[in-house]
Amino acid sequence: MKWSRRFVERIIEGLFTLSGGVTSLIILLVVLFLFREGAGLFTSPSLEKGYTLCVHASNLTGEIDAREVKRIFDGEITRWEEVGAGEMTGEIDVFHASELPRVEDEAVMPRVLEEIVGGRRGIIAFLPDEFLPAGESVVKRLAAGRVTPGDFFAGDEWQPTVSPAPRLGVLPLVTGTLLVSFFAIILALVPGLGVAIYLAELAGSRARGWLKPAIELLAGIPSVVYGFFGLVVLVPFIQEVFDLPVGESALAGSVVLAIMALPTIITIAEDAIRGVPRALREASLALGATRWQTIYRVVIPRASSGITAAAVLGIGRAVGETMAVLMVTGNAAVMPRSLFEPVRTIPATIAAELGEAPSGGTHYRALFLLGCILFAITMVINLSAEFIATRGQGKGEGA
Amino acid sequence: MIETKHVDFYYSGFHALKDISMRMEARTVTALIGPSGCGKSTFLRLFNRMNDLIDDTRVSGECLIDGEDIYHKSVAVDELRKRVGMVFQKPNPFPKSIFENVAYGLRVNDVRDKSFIACRVEASLRAAALWGEVKDKLRESAFALSGGQQQRLCIARALAVSPSVLLMDEPASALDPISTSKIEELIADLKRDYTIVIVTHNMQQAARVSDKTGFFMMGELVEFGETRMIFSDPVNEQTRNYVNGRFG
Repeated sequence: MKWSRRFVERIIEGLFTLSGGVTSLIILLVVLFLFREGAGLFTSPSLEKGYTLCVHASNLTGEIDAREVKRIFDGEITRWEEVGAGEMTGEIDVFHASELPRVEDEAVMPRVLEEIVGGRRGIIAFLPDEFLPAGESVVKRLAAGRVTPGDFFAGDEWQPTVSPAPRLGVLPLVTGTLLVSFFAIILALVPGLGVAIYLAELAGSRARGWLKPAIELLAGIPSVVYGFFGLVVLVPFIQEVFDLPVGESALAGSVVLAIMALPTIITIAEDAIRGVPRALREASLALGATRWQTIYRVVIPRASSGITAAAVLGIGRAVGETMAVLMVTGNAAVMPRSLFEPVRTIPATIAAELGEAPSGGTHYRALFLLGCILFAITMVINLSAEFIATRGQGKGEGA
Repeated sequence: MIETKHVDFYYSGFHALKDISMRMEARTVTALIGPSGCGKSTFLRLFNRMNDLIDDTRVSGECLIDGEDIYHKSVAVDELRKRVGMVFQKPNPFPKSIFENVAYGLRVNDVRDKSFIACRVEASLRAAALWGEVKDKLRESAFALSGGQQQRLCIARALAVSPSVLLMDEPASALDPISTSKIEELIADLKRDYTIVIVTHNMQQAARVSDKTGFFMMGELVEFGETRMIFSDPVNEQTRNYVNGRFG
């Protein structure tokens, strides 16, 4: 009998170990996948996939970076002197693929191109790869610049679908995310703490009995429902009250996120407050302190690390939230200048754009790298929450 | 002086104290002994109304301190607790500095005079025989102290608000023998200024520190008298068995 029981226990242990191992492996693979897809960004061309920039063969300009390409096509740079090393001079003659003449048979396109380019020395043309003449030609390919980390991390324009050179600066998205999350937590912290203190210290057992499950239920409501509420109630309200052209704004996002972060903050802060030893409360009360004095002089300082962890985890929840924010913030990928303007957050960007970004392309990789940034932000937040919480455990232990 | 007249106490349905009448003179030490769950701690906690913190409890009868019924409607509980200090079973200093621990009772009492606070803190620490050990580290965390020092700090903390009564709920049960004997010496000293009621499981301790002893069992005060008599020649058979270690 004994060996069979031991055998069964071995198998059960093995199964648990296996499931633990497999789960950890899957999580690791997801993270690896994220980083692998994202890492390719800095080796991808900064141009749209399948397109090339061409100039006249006599043009000695070697390489033009993505920012310059955009400014040329926007008409902000009009002379060759302003780009490259100055070997080329004169007016820039911008030519876009849409200006190509219609032809019956696309096979003649390379010849057509040679004619067009041959006649215009200052030309810069943005064309599909397959139209370019093979071999020696008057049409010269311009080496395509790569997306640089500087462009990506410090760029303040996010225009991923602009032709010919998409702009992939993440600053507006990162600032948007941080702005919305930061104000969400500011808005959520005071009421959240208030409710936590009420629940832990003041509420009678009956009030606690129905309030606590209700708050936990709040955490289970799908975010799209919050988004819907925000869109239908909050956005018009904000538009009206602040007299804005559109109600979709960072503020609307912050309010919705604040409501969504409340359950997290309340639950964790309440646990921290209830975790304060009864002996400390009694000691304070026995010295003639009132209940409120006991709460703010002894209980809250003792629970402060747990309360901080609650706030940080609340931020963590807000930073990663996608759907509700997507619905109420207006999604304008510009540097936010105030709370009353539309902003776009990282998760909303990924959700909205991944479907239309061609797989393996620059835009696609940029979105993955955005995912990596988000991952890094939430990881830092969670680690610091854990650090704060564990540091707090050491303090306040009796003899 | 503390006096109870026909006090009954209930935890919801449980009758925890049954018709207790007792008189504790000012500036004496009264020990409350008895087996676990006999009601002695509940009785002690009547005098600073600590039992109020527990839901669904009820008290009847009279409970007087210096002639005033402390369960009367007009009594402010926080004022009462300033007059009736308490030391708990386990040292429970606040997560603050040594100085702030002792000053706490004054601060919640809206005392703002810094030199007065400093003065009271020193006097209280001296009274608790702790001053010499901590005078150079008043700003350090109270948790840096040993268990015995922490308990004396808790006594100093209780003394700082100048109570007239000091309730001690097994104040030495979590301490080593040396710390215990220090606490006992301290009790003998404090008796000159305070009315002390001490709950203890340690029979020798009760015999050493108290003037009078009350023996509780199953919510009843079985016998109450001079400590000397209770330990040498008790009237009641149960008391005799208990103090001789036959049960408990």
